[in-house]
Amino acid sequence: MSPITMAKALNNGLRAAMERDPKVLVMGEDVGKLGGVFRITDGLQKDFGEERVLDTPLAESGIIGTAIGLAIRGYRPVCEIQFDGFVFPGFDQIVSQLAKLRYRSQGRVPMPVVVRIPFGGGIGAVEHHSESPESLFAHVAGLRVVACGNPVDAYWMIQQAIESDDPVIFFEPKRRYWEKAELDLDVPPPPLFSSRVLREGSAVTLACYGPMVRTCLDAAEAAHADGTELEVIDLRTLSPLDMGPVYESVRRTGRLVVVSEAPSEVSVAAEVAAKVQQDCFYSLEAPVLRVTGFDTPYPPSKCEDDFLPDLDRVLDGVDRSLAW
Amino acid sequence: MPSWPGFVEPEPTPQQVIAGLHATGEGGVDLVQVLTPEGVRIAEPRFDKYLGDVDVPRLQSLYRDMVLVRRFDREANSLQRQGQLGIWVPLLGQEAAQIGAGRALTPRDMAFPSYREHGVAWCRGIDPTELLGIFRGTDHGSWDPAATGFHLYTIVIGNQCLNATGYAMGQRFDGKVGGSADGSESGEATICFFGDGATSQGDVHESFVWSAVYDAPVVFFCQNNQWAISEPLERQTRVPLYRRAQGYGFPGIRVDGNDVLATLAVTRWALEECRTGNGPVLIEAFTYRMDAHTTSDDPSRYRLADELELWKLKDPIERVRVNLVREHELGQDFFDEVAAESDALAARFREYCTNMPEPGPERMFSEVYAESSPVLDAQRDAFLAYHASFEGTS
Repeated sequence: MSPITMAKALNNGLRAAMERDPKVLVMGEDVGKLGGVFRITDGLQKDFGEERVLDTPLAESGIIGTAIGLAIRGYRPVCEIQFDGFVFPGFDQIVSQLAKLRYRSQGRVPMPVVVRIPFGGGIGAVEHHSESPESLFAHVAGLRVVACGNPVDAYWMIQQAIESDDPVIFFEPKRRYWEKAELDLDVPPPPLFSSRVLREGSAVTLACYGPMVRTCLDAAEAAHADGTELEVIDLRTLSPLDMGPVYESVRRTGRLVVVSEAPSEVSVAAEVAAKVQQDCFYSLEAPVLRVTGFDTPYPPSKCEDDFLPDLDRVLDGVDRSLAW
Repeated sequence: MPSWPGFVEPEPTPQQVIAGLHATGEGGVDLVQVLTPEGVRIAEPRFDKYLGDVDVPRLQSLYRDMVLVRRFDREANSLQRQGQLGIWVPLLGQEAAQIGAGRALTPRDMAFPSYREHGVAWCRGIDPTELLGIFRGTDHGSWDPAATGFHLYTIVIGNQCLNATGYAMGQRFDGKVGGSADGSESGEATICFFGDGATSQGDVHESFVWSAVYDAPVVFFCQNNQWAISEPLERQTRVPLYRRAQGYGFPGIRVDGNDVLATLAVTRWALEECRTGNGPVLIEAFTYRMDAHTTSDDPSRYRLADELELWKLKDPIERVRVNLVREHELGQDFFDEVAAESDALAARFREYCTNMPEPGPERMFSEVYAESSPVLDAQRDAFLAYHASFEGTS
């Protein structure tokens, strides 16, 4: 067994889901012949044909809107939005129809649609190619929102998302697409909507997701070299949040730093902080801190190293928590 | 062939038309052309009157525009390959469409580009070096839209078409359509640039509706370069794009986008229609993206090299050169001068690019709001203090 990239893991996961269920479709801009701008759907059209892997017209509202129609007809579409900042023409269909049809129909019209969105920065891109809009979706009732943080999770989570009868907004950390890990198919995956402790530690808990998982693991390694043991939790599911492992951890460490690329105001990170202060109030030795992107539009890429939380900023947050 | 009362002989299926025209690179019978790919100036009864001022010096000037624009475009591509730019969006092959349209504008007109309109920017007096910040990542757009009559680049596909329509509605509400009562001033118009892929976006269709019902003086200038990244034109439409306008109630016209004179003439006509209250107008400039979508793209994965060879025979610059030599007996000196000027421009462009200052850590916090935000001010102050704590440590 050789290590595979997150991009390949997603490709394999999509392929497995398509082989298992003939109703699974892939649709989006450039997903067919090109295999997607990140090559996540590479080779799928060649093997499954143009009616299961659709190169769609260039219109995100059209992609989501027709996926909804296909789902009503019994298909399980997996939509690719090319970049995070391009999802907004489809936002209306996601919020008004995709999220609400089950509720409106009293369960008669399920929406087994997955919307894959490469998200986050760190790739030196132009505007609209580096955003972290997950909190906008997590705020919408009826949507489930997840983010994978490593190749193993990517492989399993995409298949679990496709199997879900609810609409899943599936965030993929694009700057981690080419990082590798061993994928052992004999190890069963945890449930999709669960968070996981990736590294145990006693001093401070770090809660993170998506592209920040690698950053936090690196920070924990650096802290370990200095004699401080950090616990790292990959939230994985942003809506609904799975707070159990976070509570359990915070009750031991007494300290929590939530890390995200997304800005902090009215965010997933803010929700985690609110829940922890409510349920772990007597365990906390310090206020819950957030280390996040700033509340600005995503800046020109020459500024992104300042904008994005890095190892130093995470450890600065850890130091502030410990010094409280 | 059947025949009964009311039977209309079917045209080839729309997909056949689109795919066929695409495969041959031919624009079809409705294509407006005044300079053939072989460099022969042909009569165009409808549009020749819009070229009355195009004498030999003027044609030389259009040639120079195209050569200089292509030169800095190629230099930018190289700069990206050498790591000096994060990405570049090449315009190779679309010089005539952009220079023809750009030179049809007056200073009072307003242009809304997508992100490939480096040639139009050139015509609006924006120095090519001002385009670099977006692609080097030092800014999101450095020029002043009001001062240049050139809105900032819009990256989200099709968004700018509604913005252009709103601007044009404002021109009409301000009484700028039809010109001044004493005739001393002609009217204003707006031009909006987008591609064949964008025509699928809801925003573009909505802009057609809005501009039609508000009689907005906007020229929709669609550069149909045949490819939306990997997707060919037939993935976006059944009918030739210019015919879409009819359904919205305004004229649509297809021009040879590799013919700078035809593009100039047709755009002048369209702008005049708008200025005098007969807008909107849709122009489909039939052209070809000779390079990749961006420097991140690899066209060899989805299109055949033969197609490019076909379009090289329709090169927008070469046909003007041939015309200047054959029909106007222009000597080699002129072409050598333009080549030398383009090399000097490329050298200045490169020099500027490699010496651009990095934005400071405070840059990303500026101009988020008109009035200061306490939340953001606190974030900025904390970050600058954090940033300062590293000084002298690295």
